Amino acid sequence: MKIHVDNQLCTGCRSCQIVCALVHFKVNNPKKSALKIEARFPDPGEYRVHICFQCGQCAEVCPEEAIRQDGDRYLLNMEKCTFCQACVEACPRGVLPTHQELPSPIKCDNCFECLEICAYNALSLRESG
Amino acid sequence: MKGYTGMILRVDLTTGKINKEPLPESLCRKYIGGRGFIARILFDELPRHIEPLGPQNKVIVATGPLSGQFVPSAGRTILGTKSPATRGYGESNIGGHFATELKQAGYDLIILEGQAEKPSILHIKDGDVNLLSGQRYWGMGAIQTERVLKDDLGERYQCLTIGPAGEKEVPIACVSHDFGRQAGRCGIGAVFGNKRLKAIAVIGTQDIPIADFRSALEVGKKMYQACMSHHALELWQKYGTSSVVSWSNRIGTFPTRNFQSGHFSSFTNISGIVMRERIVVKDKGCFACPMACGKYSRIHREDKKIYVEGPEYETAALLGGNCGLSNIEDLAYANYLCDELGLDTISAGSAVAFAMECFERGIIGVRETEGLVLRFGESEIVFKLLEKMGRREGIGDLLCQGVKATARVWGKGSEHFAMEVKGLEISGYESRNAPAMMLSYMTSDIGAHHRPSWAVTADITLGRNSLEGKAQRVVELQHLRPLFDVLGVCRLPWIELDISPSLYVKALNACTGMDKTIEELLEISERIWNLTRLFNIRENPGYGRHCDYPPGRWMGEPVQTGPTRGKTLSRDQVDHLLDEYYKLRGWDENGIPLPETLEQFGLFQEAKEIGSWKSD
Repeated sequence: MKIHVDNQLCTGCRSCQIVCALVHFKVNNPKKSALKIEARFPDPGEYRVHICFQCGQCAEVCPEEAIRQDGDRYLLNMEKCTFCQACVEACPRGVLPTHQELPSPIKCDNCFECLEICAYNALSLRESG
Repeated sequence: MKGYTGMILRVDLTTGKINKEPLPESLCRKYIGGRGFIARILFDELPRHIEPLGPQNKVIVATGPLSGQFVPSAGRTILGTKSPATRGYGESNIGGHFATELKQAGYDLIILEGQAEKPSILHIKDGDVNLLSGQRYWGMGAIQTERVLKDDLGERYQCLTIGPAGEKEVPIACVSHDFGRQAGRCGIGAVFGNKRLKAIAVIGTQDIPIADFRSALEVGKKMYQACMSHHALELWQKYGTSSVVSWSNRIGTFPTRNFQSGHFSSFTNISGIVMRERIVVKDKGCFACPMACGKYSRIHREDKKIYVEGPEYETAALLGGNCGLSNIEDLAYANYLCDELGLDTISAGSAVAFAMECFERGIIGVRETEGLVLRFGESEIVFKLLEKMGRREGIGDLLCQGVKATARVWGKGSEHFAMEVKGLEISGYESRNAPAMMLSYMTSDIGAHHRPSWAVTADITLGRNSLEGKAQRVVELQHLRPLFDVLGVCRLPWIELDISPSLYVKALNACTGMDKTIEELLEISERIWNLTRLFNIRENPGYGRHCDYPPGRWMGEPVQTGPTRGKTLSRDQVDHLLDEYYKLRGWDENGIPLPETLEQFGLFQEAKEIGSWKSD
């Protein structure tokens, strides 16, 4: 399964970012989230959600083998990560965010908390492939 | 204490000095946040009888303990000042993302003092705070300023801006944020302008403290789930407040042609359904909001694309029905003009409608209007008057001071239909057949606004013609509703989706580690209500009952058309409502809090001093 984004439905409320940080880091900080939301105002007046599609390119470039495939997702082992940021640069969608207080990039683990909290169904589940 | 950042940012624009001060824990326990902080700090720090448009006034930009937390619609920023519109307690709040960003930068409050020599921007990047030149932005529209600031500083900055109206110290100027949201009321934009503060731009990276992470996550999810499973969510998501237009017309409370009527015959043309079909391009939400009342719209004018957030209900009421605009694109354009100029759409719409009625009645003529023929429903005239007000040109220089000030100049009985209380224009409910709503407007601490008490539904359930139980309900609402402005959250999930206040209390306790009950919070809210009353009394010698009457039109003149046709309240009925209200509040018959009432809320010093203010 992978997350499908419908930008047309996103309202920019950032609930997904809040819950992502809460669940993974036990802090309230929407900037410690694996999702990025780009606001484009006033023209054309839209939001774009950027999220990991589990393509695995990060795993391919990781020199420490800190990112490993686990079914249809790729997981980051923070203990192995040396914060070289090779994955950050390799990510085709730019969705391995970093934060100055965190020892490694933020890697989506397909927990799906974000889509459960989205009241507009801008995020939904699709079969992989 | 958790839930707060624990820091106040104090900025003296005269000297450029920036101080970071600890937020006193006693202030948090006694006043909780937001509106509570503002009321206490303004009362304590402002010298008496200062000019609202002068360097001694202050603006407080406040968050609450729930601002930026995992609670539905927790994005409110609350602003307060001594209002240039009313010369009394001024407060207005704004959604969007500013409050979250400010807390992430490490501050619960900004206190703005003094007056800069040159246009300035307050720039906050976590611990780095400085004043930048605002020269390049001076003269720009409020929304344009936000766009250019983000281009200059970075897209992720959150900004508060003013437009030309704020720069020119127009007493009905607002503060703008997030491309179309405003802290509209009380002229706070004018105080920014007087301080030569064009904008505040903030970006922060820090965690927002939570006392009990597990409980906060649990109660937050519970609140979100309650919102998402509510039957009214879908309608609200689709139309936002614009769905109220049809309802308000059906019950005869829609301000029409300067409140001559409560029913606009062309209302369907500016209803939520038409708006959604014709102009809405995006549902736009505030921070953490599952119901996104923001409807982002696009119209075309002279081959140009114009974007505007709205029109929301209040704008549809005051610029739509009240000015007779019956075309959604015209209404959206009037909304856009106000937003760029930085004018409050409520007060601006009321001022335009007032001028139109004065013209139709022959109180003013083309000599006063620079040749313009003012007629209800003439969209180009509305646009021209808004431009003139925002730029203080010609007739606009007077009108922009609000209907009370304008009626004083034009005279000839026009004050009878200058639709204001305490100098603040009445918001979107014609209330001659809604006594609880009328009493709400009469007694609101900032002047005639629905925020502290929106009591139309009480009028429906308790009987439209009846006075019974109305004062009681208004008092209850004036404690419960402002609590949301204390906590720093939007009240709409409670009102529209029935989210229980008890869940907000749980969220407060989880985030802060406090152990408050709803009863304690309501008592705090009543303390604040008494304090804002005291502020008004202290600042305005002779203040009292006479400040709580509605305009003449609302006492004895019947509604002209629609479902409430022929209805009115008499002066005696209005007096009856006030008497009952003062008694419930523990205030004397002149509306002055009794010393024992103040002592009950721990306002001992104020109880001692109040005698001396009255005799000023």
